[in-house]
Amino acid sequence: MKKQIALFSVFAPLTAAAQNDGMMYGNEKMNVVIGVITIIFIGLGAYLFSLDRKIKKLEDEK
Amino acid sequence: MKGLPYKIAGLLLILFSLTYGLWSEVPELPIIEQSIRNLFYHVSMWFAMVAMMAASFGNAIGFLSSEDMARDRRSISLAETGMFFSVLGLLTGMLWAKFTWGAWWTNDPKLNGTAITMLIYLAYFVLRNSIDDPRKRARISGVYNIFAFVMMIVFIGILPRMTDSLHPGNGGNPGFNSYDLDNRLRLVFYPAVLGWILVGTWIASLRYRIRNLEE
Repeated sequence: MKKQIALFSVFAPLTAAAQNDGMMYGNEKMNVVIGVITIIFIGLGAYLFSLDRKIKKLEDEK
Repeated sequence: MKGLPYKIAGLLLILFSLTYGLWSEVPELPIIEQSIRNLFYHVSMWFAMVAMMAASFGNAIGFLSSEDMARDRRSISLAETGMFFSVLGLLTGMLWAKFTWGAWWTNDPKLNGTAITMLIYLAYFVLRNSIDDPRKRARISGVYNIFAFVMMIVFIGILPRMTDSLHPGNGGNPGFNSYDLDNRLRLVFYPAVLGWILVGTWIASLRYRIRNLEE
């Protein structure tokens, strides 16, 4: 449960930015694209970390 | 997790180039226009590839002088990661070329040199797969790796600079550093290169560790 809360708190600044007519509307909404790229890249990074951890587990078993 | 600082640093540096690289001011150039930002993404693929191949070359020499099989596993893992970056570099370069030079592929010496380099490294993988005895494989492919690396330097580092080339900094063309600025570009480009090299090292280390497990 704690993990899920932590996950949602990542999006808090994004939702805040969406609500106050601010940052995400700037730059002809280019910032939205940059946000999408950021999310995808963070996802890829997290995937690399999970692979790393899986391999670590196998190494420990050996 | 071992090496956590460099893994996080690598990811953050790339993230910086992905975000700030789109926000930042770039020099206004004819024809290239906004696509100059590809410098941050396309060119860093090649820098990462050369770094991976150089490390692979270093480990090949390390194996040949020490007969340490772990060095051979490092060498092949790095070469595979370098190959991955070169495929990305080639595809992104083709897209950029289409909208800058007007064709997906030109007879630019750098393009053809890169294609030859990739074939040389493909032969390295084929060579490895064709030898069953691990020690023999390590020794023969270690020697071949030295040849491949030297050929790469010749084909993408030297020959394109000696003839006409569409690439900046080659064949009498001005390098990127002569385009007015260009500390604005450097500010994103260097972190991007460093970031990709760090993440490339990480990916290669994952491949290496899987190889260790397979032993």
